[in-house]
Amino acid sequence: MISSSALFTLFGHFLLLSLLSIGGAITVAPDMHRVMVDQMSLLSDAQFNASIAIAQASPGPNVLFVAVMGYQAAGLAGVAATLFGIMLPSTTLALAAARWGHARREWRAVQAFKAGMAPIVIGLLFSTGWILSAQTPGWHHIIPTVVAALLVWRTRMHLLLLVGAGAFVGAMGWV
Amino acid sequence: MLAVAQRVLCEQKRWLSRDQFVEILSLAQILPGPNVCNVALMIGDRFFGWRGAFAALAGMMAVPLVIVLVITALYSQYASNTAVAGALRGMGAVAAGLIIGTGFKLVGALRTNPMQTPVCAALLVAAFATVALLRWPLVWVILALGAGAFALAWQRLKPRIAAQGRS
Repeated sequence: MISSSALFTLFGHFLLLSLLSIGGAITVAPDMHRVMVDQMSLLSDAQFNASIAIAQASPGPNVLFVAVMGYQAAGLAGVAATLFGIMLPSTTLALAAARWGHARREWRAVQAFKAGMAPIVIGLLFSTGWILSAQTPGWHHIIPTVVAALLVWRTRMHLLLLVGAGAFVGAMGWV
Repeated sequence: MLAVAQRVLCEQKRWLSRDQFVEILSLAQILPGPNVCNVALMIGDRFFGWRGAFAALAGMMAVPLVIVLVITALYSQYASNTAVAGALRGMGAVAAGLIIGTGFKLVGALRTNPMQTPVCAALLVAAFATVALLRWPLVWVILALGAGAFALAWQRLKPRIAAQGRS
């Protein structure tokens, strides 16, 4: 069982990550891996990957993958730590900024921030995909990853269909 | 999820025009936090104040949270089952592909970026290399690269705005 001081460390780290999660919580997943798997050993690599897969396959916002990580690390107390940690700063900021920024969207600073962050945010998305893929040993799993990436990029195929196909090839023991 | 939100808010309920939706979405995207949660908060706030904001957020999260936790609890009971473990591994591989594919989709949006393509490419590769390959802490990568990118974009925006002012 996880100690309450570890729980607070986790909560504090997610508060910080929340403010960095430009482009969605998934962009900070590499840092969650660094802390929860490498540093604190709260999750195994397999549990970390399963958290993201379960949340992707379920209805609702993808940010719920942090709730799955919290649950696997420390039950409902873990859910409270990760989910409130990731939501509290960003929602407060979003409310304040929406009111502040609505009148100032022509400002050069606002536009420079948006333009400057765009390539970085996309680079972080690739990082997340890379880290998810690199954790699994072997090379067979690279095939569904590449196929899924191409289909998402080039077609409008339903995402659940792709996740379902992944579950099927996995259950058959092909990846 | 954003595709569903756009369809319901603009086309079915007609609460927002498409322009208003894009404006809210662009702000949601530059702010930290899950985009679709930020959109819900901002729309709730615009119509009903902060209570509307939290009602919108809670409505979107509550039921999915219960579902995802039930699935997780079931998963931990069957985690040793090889078919279940395999299915999760397959879904994980696809999830990695979904994220990478979304990244490729968004690369197209960089064409209209005020920074030139080589600069954008360099920033993208630098973010990838430091986070994915070197495993540096994200906070330093965003602060350092973000500050540099902000300065570059600031410089590039100046002549364009001046030119617009003259014409």
